Amino acid sequence: MARLSLGIDCGSTTVKGALFDGEKVVASEIMMTSARPAQRMREIYDKLYSGDVGYVVTTGYGRELLPEADRKITEITCHARGAKFLSGGAGGLIDIGGQDCKAVLLDEDGGVRDFLMNDKCAAGTGRFIEMMCRILECDGEELDSFAEKATPVEITSMCTVFAESEIISLLAQGAAREDIAVGVIKSICKRTATFASKLSISEKVFFSGGLARFEVFRKNLEEAMGLPVLTHPHSQLCGAIGAACLGYERMK
Amino acid sequence: MELVKELPEIFDEFSDQRKNSFINAYELKQKGIPFVGSFCTYFPKELPMAMGACGVGLCSSTGETIPEAEKDLPRNLCPLIKASYGFAKTDKCPYFYFSDLIVGETTCDGKKKMYEMMGEFKNVYTMELPNSQNENGRKMYREEIVKFKEKLEDFFGVTITDEQIKEAIHTNNEQRKALKEFYGLQRMDPPPMGGMEMHKVLDGVKFRFDTKKATEDIKALTEKIKAEYDPEKYKGRKRILLTGSPIGCSTEKVVNAIEANGGVVVCYENCGGARSVDELIDEQNPDFYQAMADRYINIPCSCMTPNPGRIELMDRLLTEYKVDGVVEVVLQACHTFNVESYKIKKFVTEERHIPYIFMETDYSSTDAGQVNTRIGAFIEML
Repeated sequence: MARLSLGIDCGSTTVKGALFDGEKVVASEIMMTSARPAQRMREIYDKLYSGDVGYVVTTGYGRELLPEADRKITEITCHARGAKFLSGGAGGLIDIGGQDCKAVLLDEDGGVRDFLMNDKCAAGTGRFIEMMCRILECDGEELDSFAEKATPVEITSMCTVFAESEIISLLAQGAAREDIAVGVIKSICKRTATFASKLSISEKVFFSGGLARFEVFRKNLEEAMGLPVLTHPHSQLCGAIGAACLGYERMK
Repeated sequence: MELVKELPEIFDEFSDQRKNSFINAYELKQKGIPFVGSFCTYFPKELPMAMGACGVGLCSSTGETIPEAEKDLPRNLCPLIKASYGFAKTDKCPYFYFSDLIVGETTCDGKKKMYEMMGEFKNVYTMELPNSQNENGRKMYREEIVKFKEKLEDFFGVTITDEQIKEAIHTNNEQRKALKEFYGLQRMDPPPMGGMEMHKVLDGVKFRFDTKKATEDIKALTEKIKAEYDPEKYKGRKRILLTGSPIGCSTEKVVNAIEANGGVVVCYENCGGARSVDELIDEQNPDFYQAMADRYINIPCSCMTPNPGRIELMDRLLTEYKVDGVVEVVLQACHTFNVESYKIKKFVTEERHIPYIFMETDYSSTDAGQVNTRIGAFIEML
């Protein structure tokens, strides 16, 4: 007797899976996408699928890659639905993914009223932060501890390639790693807020994607947007959870 | 004036499809028919037709010659302008190659500056298009049309009579009526055809040189579609109006994404669709030059300021075609449509309460995944 739905979100950096029983997420998985998105999706599927699963929804860039999927839904719709489940009543959503950034204006039912996706380049996305961490030789998990002691420097370039040379020249001028790191985070949050301002979100905002687990991002985004910004321990799974919720509704 | 009658030296390097286009144009040129190339819908095509010349559209819609164009033009320029310049420079397009005279208009800034450069290696004539649809503008464009007629007479050594012009006005009006009837079929709910099929017909007619025959074919096609109407075929699809910059080969990716994700394009409010076909030339006006000027200058392109006609046209089309969502496609660095999108979005969403999405794109395929995701999410939202 089918009682579970499975959502798999194949993003550019990680593949996420979530198993949903109609009320809560009963199991989840996160794996690096690497160069084999189809294989990673299959691995997640094999780990989470069982005879209890009655509906499978795939989303994200790799959504076409799993033949077992009952339905493919874009990550915009899935993130919106996931945000409703995780936040219960946010008016907007910011998702900073590995290679893009989305802002969504939500309706009361977790549906999409309007949305924006950033331009073609990696400016202001997870890829940008990976680049920064590599140059600053910092482990991502250190970012929050940086924030406590940093006096952020101003970073003007948002192009991933130019920002790299800007960071290198700041290091050469003797700027501290944490000041540069928090400066970069601040500039990304400002950019994201400006980008999202076209949507006129007026209520609290849910923040999803891998970067949402860092308090320093949440806090700076909140400052830049001038609105309360919420996250959830499952923020990174938002798209997969949304896919599973939408699958569950279809199954019933 | 000696007409260009021979094939280009690089002919053997072309693909079969392109060779065929060259051969078609070549055969017409062998009969001594001059070619007049044009870019914009403001081009009064009645005049070359009146002298028995072929009018051909030169707006280029593939990125093939952009690298060649970027040797002379800035990179961050509209792809349509770069591609058009590139095809002119490389002679890889039969219509550029065989055009004895190329006519531009002072529409957007990028185009009018590009025409100056193209004039260094092609016979380019630029008509001065006013920026505003006021009395001065109408008077001025009438003069420009008369001047263009004189240019044709002088350049080709012919005389164009009033009767020939009136006849050409009538012939083109008949084609406009047939096209309106054809695309008007999409008012049906569910629509009888796919938006891509409709686009191919609207685009293809620009390369049909026997206008009267093309009109008859469009009428026959309209009847055929009516007769074969299958309400099940596009049932349940979201009805999309496409607006913005001109679209062609490379930007058909947007139409494909719409139709692959549960939508169907029911109306084109762009250069290839209603924007350029909607209005007829007043055949009752004894001053036919003024009638032409009035009709052409009324085209609601974003290079006009202000441009209230676009909102008026959009308002009517949204109702007539029962539109569920509006997709605006703007070519990268197309400033006028990019800026005007603010007003269009405001009108569509706030006054008509219809969802709207803006997409900036170019002739590359780098954004194919993004285009598909955005359009998919937009249609899911409807």
